[in-house]
This record gives sequence, C-alpha cells and structure tokens, in this order.
Amino acid sequence: MADDLELRFERTVQADARIEPRDWMPDGYRKTLIRQIAQHAHSEIIGMQPEGNWISRAPSLRRKAILLAKVQDEAGHGLYLYSATETLGADREDLTLKLIEGRQKYSSIFNYPTLTFADVGVIGWLVDGAAICNQVPLCRTSYGPYARAMIRICKEESFHQRQGYELLMTMMRGTQQQRDMVQDSVNRWWWPALMMFGPPDSESTNTEQSMAWRIKRDTNDELRQKFVNMSVPQAEALGVTFPDPELRWNEERGQYDFGQPDWDEFWQVVKGGGVCNAQRIAHRRKAHEDGAWVREAAAAHAQKQAQKQAVKEGAA
Amino acid sequence: MSFDNAYESLLGHEDSHWAFGTGFSEALSGVNREFPVGVDREDIVAYCLMLGDDALIFSQRLSEWCSRAPELEEDIALANIALDLLGQARMLLTRAGEVLGKSEDDLAYLRDERDFRNVHLAEIDCGPGPGGDFGTTIARLLVFSSWRLALFSRLRGSADPVLAAVAEKGLKELAYHRDHAAQWTVRLGDGTDESHRRMQAGLERVWPFVDELFATHAVEARLTGVAVDPASLKSEVDGVLEAVLAAGGLSRPADTRAARVAGMAGRDGVHTEAMGFLLAEMQHLHRSLPGAVW
Repeated sequence: MADDLELRFERTVQADARIEPRDWMPDGYRKTLIRQIAQHAHSEIIGMQPEGNWISRAPSLRRKAILLAKVQDEAGHGLYLYSATETLGADREDLTLKLIEGRQKYSSIFNYPTLTFADVGVIGWLVDGAAICNQVPLCRTSYGPYARAMIRICKEESFHQRQGYELLMTMMRGTQQQRDMVQDSVNRWWWPALMMFGPPDSESTNTEQSMAWRIKRDTNDELRQKFVNMSVPQAEALGVTFPDPELRWNEERGQYDFGQPDWDEFWQVVKGGGVCNAQRIAHRRKAHEDGAWVREAAAAHAQKQAQKQAVKEGAA
Repeated sequence: MSFDNAYESLLGHEDSHWAFGTGFSEALSGVNREFPVGVDREDIVAYCLMLGDDALIFSQRLSEWCSRAPELEEDIALANIALDLLGQARMLLTRAGEVLGKSEDDLAYLRDERDFRNVHLAEIDCGPGPGGDFGTTIARLLVFSSWRLALFSRLRGSADPVLAAVAEKGLKELAYHRDHAAQWTVRLGDGTDESHRRMQAGLERVWPFVDELFATHAVEARLTGVAVDPASLKSEVDGVLEAVLAAGGLSRPADTRAARVAGMAGRDGVHTEAMGFLLAEMQHLHRSLPGAVW
C-alpha cells in the first residue's frame, strides 16, 4: 500500500506533474518543503526592513510611492508563502516564532545595511534579480501551491527589478555625486548578491535530494553563472563596474569567468554575525510582540460575535 | 535587446504595469484644468496645500507602520491607505504647483515648516513611536477618514474642476479607509479589557485635535462654491463617530480642544513640535543633493 503511494508520488514527480495538498507525499518531502517555503516567506518579511528603511526619506514623491508599493508587495508575498505552508499543515504563528527565536533562517542578504538611496535601486536590480534567477525555476517546482505562488511572485519581482534598474538609470543621468553613490552601492552589493545562490555545489548539502524531488531544478553554481552572464551587459548599459578583477568574457566557454565571493564572510553572516542580523530579528520580534494584544482582541471579538450568532440561531 | 534574462518572458514587453499602483497623472487625464473665473488663484493654491498637506503628512505617518504592524494583513492595509493618501497629495500639490510654477516635489521637499498647511491631527505621533500604539493610530484614522470622506463628498460639487475630480476619485478610497478604521475600532473596543482600554486611550489622545478639523479658515470662507466649509461637516461626522463608538462600547471623550498659538494653528502654518522632526526626516535627502534627479 505504502509502496503504491510512494510509486505514484515518484511517477508524478518524474512526469513533471504537480503534487497537490491532498496527495500522499513522503514526510521528508513535506518537511523539506515547509522549511524551504517558510524560509522564503521569512525572507520576504525580513526583506521589508532594509528597503522600508528609506520610505520616510525617499527623495521624490514618485519614488516614495514606488517604494511603499514595493514593500507592500513583499508583505503580500510573505502572506502567499505562509499560506502555501499552511496547505502542508504548518501554522503561521508557529513559523513566526521559529523565525524570531532564530530556529529558522531567512535570506542572509537582508543582514546587510541599506546606507544610501542608491541601495534601493541596487537591491531592485541585483538582489531582486538574483532572487528571480533562483525563483523562476521554482515556478515549475513539483508542489502545486508553491509553484503557483511563485508564478505570481516572479511577475511582481520582475516589476521591482525593472523599477530598481530604472531608478539607477535615472541617477546615472543625474549629478556626479549621484553616479558615485550608485557605484559605491554596486561595490557593496555585488558580492553579497552572488552569495544569494548559496555555497558552491561542492559544499552544498541540500542540493541532491531536492533536485531528485524536483523542488530544486538547477544547482547553485549554474544559477550563479546565469546571473553573472545576465548582469554584466546590464552594468555596461548602466555605466558601472563590478568589483571583481577576475571578471572577463571567456570565448571558449561562451560565458563570463568570475571570482569567488568571500565565503568566510558568507558563513559569518549566515551564522548571525552580519551587521544587521540582531537588528532585523529584534525589529520583527518587537512588531510581533507589540501586536499581540491586537491579535488577541481580534480573536476575542470574533469569538463573541460567533457566540451571539449561535444564541440568535438557537432562539430562532 | 541586450537584456537576455530568465524573467523577460514573464513580463511581456508592454509597459502598462510600469510603477504599478503608483501612477497618478493618468488618474486625472481628460479633466479640464482651467481655473474657475472670479476666484483668487492664491486662495485656490492655499486650499490645495491645506488638503494636500493633510494627505501628505498623514501618509508619512502611516507609512511608519510598514513592517511594524500587528499582522501582515495590516502591514498591507496601512501601506495601502498611505499610498492612497500619497496619491491624493500628489494631485493636490501638482494643482497648487500649476499656479506657482513649481513641481509636486518642490512643494513637498523645499517648503519650510511654516509653509505647511496641514491640521495638527495629521502630524502628531500616534505610534508606532512613543506617541501611541495601534489603537491610537486607528483612532486617528477613524476621525481623519470620517471627516475627509464627508468633506470630499461635498467637494465633488466644487466649481474647480480639478478639485471636483480629485474628490470624486478619492471618495471610494476614503470610504474604504473609514470602513477599515471603524471595523478595528469596534473590534478593539469589544475585544479584550486591554484592547478596550487602549482604544479608549487612543481616542482620548487624538480628541483634542478634532476641533481644528471643523474650524473655518479665511481661505475657505472666501472660496465660496470652490471650497467646502468644514464647519458644515460637524454634525454628519459627529453622527458617524458616535455610531462607531457605540458599536464598540466606547465612550466619546470630553470635548477638550488643544489651544491655538496666538490664535493660530496648522492651517496658518503653526505646528506642533513633532512637525520639525517629521519634515527633517522626509526632506533631508532631497535637500542634501541639490540638482539631483530622481
């Protein structure tokens, strides 16, 4: 019986068809998905902070509106993704606790600080760009609700990426001070953006099983290469350079060669030692704890309403 | 096209979704922008700044909640309301700028505090800072949106075609804002002892600033047929607030009102101490890089 179910699951995955919430699935698959989708949801929610940092100071009303709408979209993405985990039996409150207690991770990129308004543009261009490279393959991932959420998220992320790039284009046409600001921001974000694809394949522990289950569809190094190939011409069009002396076109491979990020820094930030790790979690924890009385009130009110309704129906 | 990338195919190539949700110029396309005859344009400018600054400054305050709300749904809702108000502010500042030969950004970023015309209710700290909490924020939103909705429903008949169009467009937004605030007021008033206490405290915090909303300014008095006399809104707004407070088991605070300063208040450009800090934060980057383009 169990073998039949497992066989059917394997066949569905191999045929590139979707696993849906009521279908049988191996425990490991369910756990891996909950972990991966929750980490993705947490990344969206924590990711509201570095850009949210500039909403109050946005230098034009149009940019303020774009930024506010973008950060609002990130909250929306977090919401779809937490909902996707709920189809696997997870609970949003429980996942939020795991985040603020440091038991689940989020994308380490958000532990870097946003120091100038150019960072808003560079995050859109490079960070959202890298996220999209990671996420587009997930639109074909084997778990249906995740795949469908990712299609919507990727579309919105693509708008964000273009908006970020358009901001940088505008700044590059501005004053020398603005051009310097953009280059400085690119220098600070380029390596962390490359780190977003995860450690080199030779050191990645989760890749093999996830590839077999078609949760993941490309390796870290493949995606990183694709991102570099895409980004170099964009940087040239913009008029900025990447801070990598080894970056050059390799005619033989038909791809760009590039240097390795500082993996010691990567692991240091992943393990909590980044400039903003403690701050990001403290911010999220404070919002969650400060809001507890509001959530309790909403639940209490809903319960009272339900009781009133029951009494009314009983009397009728 | 040099942008050979993995997500291009998701987007298609049309630009209609560019800056989705943030456009405003199309919103009023086709509206007659001539000024009504026999009306002092300086007064129309002052009036646009009053209503525009109310929206701009309150939007700035509401956006402080972004990533700090009690629930993700509320992060989204408050950001949405802030965006609506920012949109209203942009249309109104743009209208004022047509007379002054200035852009919306000139008016938002390069005016000094004494030239802002918003009411005090829009600018005070109602949280998430030390000045309040979610209950205080909802109390302000309830009062502000009930008042502005009543105002905009009359402003639809303005002799100024742009003001009439701004009001028409804003009406649906404000109805949603008021509904959102009313629902939370009832939920918090009825929910738990703590939420009831906090909601009541929020109302007490904002109540001294309610009176200013209904005080007729000389500009409004002169703009007959163009502006709405806020004094005429009082009984309608009172009725709305009373109904909402009653549904939440809350009591209407005593009618205390913040004293004016030598007879002046927000509409005269005389603000609270909070305003300087709000503007310092909002304006600093724009002012730091003169000549920059954004």
